[in-house]
Formats: sequence, structure tokens, C-alpha cells
Amino acid sequence: MTTSTRATRILGWATAITMVLTGWMALVISPADAVQRDAVRLLYLHVPTAWIAMYVSFGITTLASALYLWKRTRSRFWDIAAGASAEIGLVFIGLTLLVGSIWGRTTWGVWWTWDARLTSTAVLFVTYLGYLAVRRIPHEPLARSRRAAIVALAAFLNVPLVHYSVEWWRTLHQPASILSQRRLGDPQIHGVMAWTLLLAVVAFTILYAWLLIHRFRLAWVEEQAEEDALAIAIAERHAEADATPEPQVTS
Amino acid sequence: MLRDAALVAGKDLRIELRSKVATNQVLPFAVLTLIIFAFALDADRGLLSTVAAGLFWVTVLFSGLLAIQRSFALEAGDDARDALRLSGLDGAAVFLGKAAAVTVQLLALEVLLAVGAVVLYDVSLSGAALLIATCLLATAGIAAAGVVYGAVAAGLRVRETLLPLLLLPVLAPVLLAAARASEAALATTTAAGWPWVRLLAVFSAVYLAFGVVAFGPLLEEA
Repeated sequence: MTTSTRATRILGWATAITMVLTGWMALVISPADAVQRDAVRLLYLHVPTAWIAMYVSFGITTLASALYLWKRTRSRFWDIAAGASAEIGLVFIGLTLLVGSIWGRTTWGVWWTWDARLTSTAVLFVTYLGYLAVRRIPHEPLARSRRAAIVALAAFLNVPLVHYSVEWWRTLHQPASILSQRRLGDPQIHGVMAWTLLLAVVAFTILYAWLLIHRFRLAWVEEQAEEDALAIAIAERHAEADATPEPQVTS
Repeated sequence: MLRDAALVAGKDLRIELRSKVATNQVLPFAVLTLIIFAFALDADRGLLSTVAAGLFWVTVLFSGLLAIQRSFALEAGDDARDALRLSGLDGAAVFLGKAAAVTVQLLALEVLLAVGAVVLYDVSLSGAALLIATCLLATAGIAAAGVVYGAVAAGLRVRETLLPLLLLPVLAPVLLAAARASEAALATTTAAGWPWVRLLAVFSAVYLAFGVVAFGPLLEEA
């Protein structure tokens, strides 16, 4: 059994082509930064993954969870879509943190700093880790799906609260750090760099769509297989019961 | 609805009062945590009084986890959860009642912990209005969010390990805000405390509203 169709194969090829193009643009065409040198090329990995994870993946998870909770649109489709999207989002946000950490080491000299954006991203990461944990608990599937959907909505609710509290923590407490000034103080971006970044975002969006469709279908097939296995097991027990002769009643 | 909430809160508090688990186990645990921190941070260097606010709230958070787990363990046995569901009480009322009971317990715990901090950490309590506002709002927020996630984890075999994983990231803003506001009240920093109290108020309001809406569905299909 395969989860690919003609459409996903086309999507897969589109991903591969745009990714190769992005790699070429990022590593060969776009210039190195005057200050950061080649390390600036991490931008083309760091920004798209962050963007997809935070706005697209978790956005779709929230939307799908809301649709699952709403009685009129409740279906397995939305529940599975929410889970699939969150999984990919978690991988992407993990990549964002990892790449960001490496970047931070080369330019700031530290793997981690308690900057507002870093901290809220880390909290977001753990929050969705918890969401996926709820999806994995051994429990009656429908009740589990409902609880997971509620957790997803609460996680979304929490995003602005975490964002503002952490932002205040780092601004009320001490003057704005050099890090954020350096980041915000230089909005100019080279023309080629801007185009490369745009291409990278497109490439990662297609990658996300491709992964989402496959992950969704896999989960769907998995669920079908579980149901089938149950039906077969029941049928087998019935057959066994029919095959064994009735116990002789002697009195 | 408020009368129903008071009924649920009264029931929970009465059970706690009679079973004495909160007073005999959760309270000593909290005080023990204060002492453990002193061991970890070298009590004689004067460090404790500067970081007291943060340690205080971490202790409240951990004790809060226990209190929330207790709040749902009460209904784990004898199918009491089903009984509660069949009682005809509104989900929102059950939520408010349970959150109120947890709030009352945690506030009592905080008073004791504050005394502990004064004695053990050499903290001098000042800025009473700010401190009291912080405690009230932070505790309401912890209880509201905690009861929502407690219901998510209730009745599962993995509940003890799942609850901290779900709840601690959610309570990160509360810990931040409460610790900063308390620091301001105790004058260990010069930063203003009241903006943090506003954040705590927003957090509590958001989770109280969310719980009122979400608790019915959570109870229904356990």
C-alpha cells in the first residue's frame, strides 16, 4: 500500500526542484554577509522553518481542532489533520531551534541566550510536545481525540500570553539587549538575499504540504488497518465458536 | 450556577479537611522544598533572600501540581466522576467549584510558605498590597489552568506524568509574572510590579473563561 498518488508525486518533484534551487541560490549565488560571513546563509533554513512551524502548521492544527470540536463539522478527517500538522510543525520548530542555536554559536558566541524570541519559541515547542503526548496516550480513541482538540485550542490560546510575558520579562527588566538591536537595527537586505529567502519559503511551504498529505494518509490508513484487524479478530472468534461443537448437556 | 459551584467547592474542601492529605502531605512537601532549595543554593551567602521570590513561586507551582492531582484523585474511586456527571450540575459550575477549592488550598499554603520564607530565607515582607494582589491573581490563574488540564489528564493511566508536561509550559507566564511582581514588592529590584499584576489578571480571566466553556465537553466523554 502506498500513500502517494499522481498529485503527491508532482508535489514531491516540485519540492525536490525548489529545494535544490534554494540550496544553489543560498550557497552559491547569494553573497556572504560583511559581518557574519558565510554564517548568514543559515537564514535560508532558519526563517522558513520558523515561519512554517509557527504560522502554517500550528495554525492548521488549531483550525482543524476547532472544526473537530464543532459538532457539525466533526469527523476523523479534522482530528487526523490536526495531529499530522502538529507533528510536522514540531519537527520544523525543532529545526528552527537547532539551526538558530548553531547560528547563535557562530555569531553571538553562545548556544543559547534568554532572548525573548528564543524563550517563547522554546515554550511553544514544549507546549506542542505536550499536545502530541496527549494524542499518544492509551485511551478510548474518540475521547482522546476530543481531549487532544481541547488541548490544541488551549495551546493556541497560550501563545500570545507567553509571547507578551516573555517580551516584558526581557524589556521591563533590563534595557533591550544588543541581540535584538542587532537583529532589528539592520532591516536592509540585499536584493539577491531577499529573492533567495522568498524561494526558500516557497520551497519549505511545498515541502510542508507534501509531508502533510503523506502523514495524513498514513495515519488514515493506520486507523483503517486497526479497524480491519479488529473486524477480522471478531470474525475469527465467531468462526471458532461455530466450529466447536455445542457442549453436550448431560443430566 | 454560583450556588452549584459553591457546592462543589464545599465538597472538595470538606473531603480535604477530613482526609487531611493536604495538611499532612502537601504542606510539609512545600516546606521541605523551601529547605531543599537552601541546601542547593548555599544558605549562608545571602543569595536566598535575593532569589526568594522565584523560589517561592516554583514551590507554589510544584505544590499546585499535587493539589490539582488530588482534586481529581478525589473522584477517581467508586465512579465518583460518573456520579458528578450524573448529578445534573453544569460543567461550568463544576469547573468553578473545583478551581475555587484549589485556590483556597493554595492560598492557605502560600501564607504558610511566606512565613517559611521570612524565617528561612531572611525575607522582610513589604509592599503588602502588591504582594496580596499578586498572590490572589496568580493563584486563581494556576487553579483555573490547572483544573482544565487536570480534567484532560483525569482518568488516564499516565496522568501523574502527563499533567506536569502539559501544565508547566502553560504556567510559564504565571511564574514569570508572579516572580517579577513579588520581587518588586519585596524591593529586590527597582522594576515596577503592577504591570505584571495586570498580566496575571488577564491570564486568570482567559483561563477562567476557557474552563467555563471547555469543562462541559471534557467531563462528558471521560
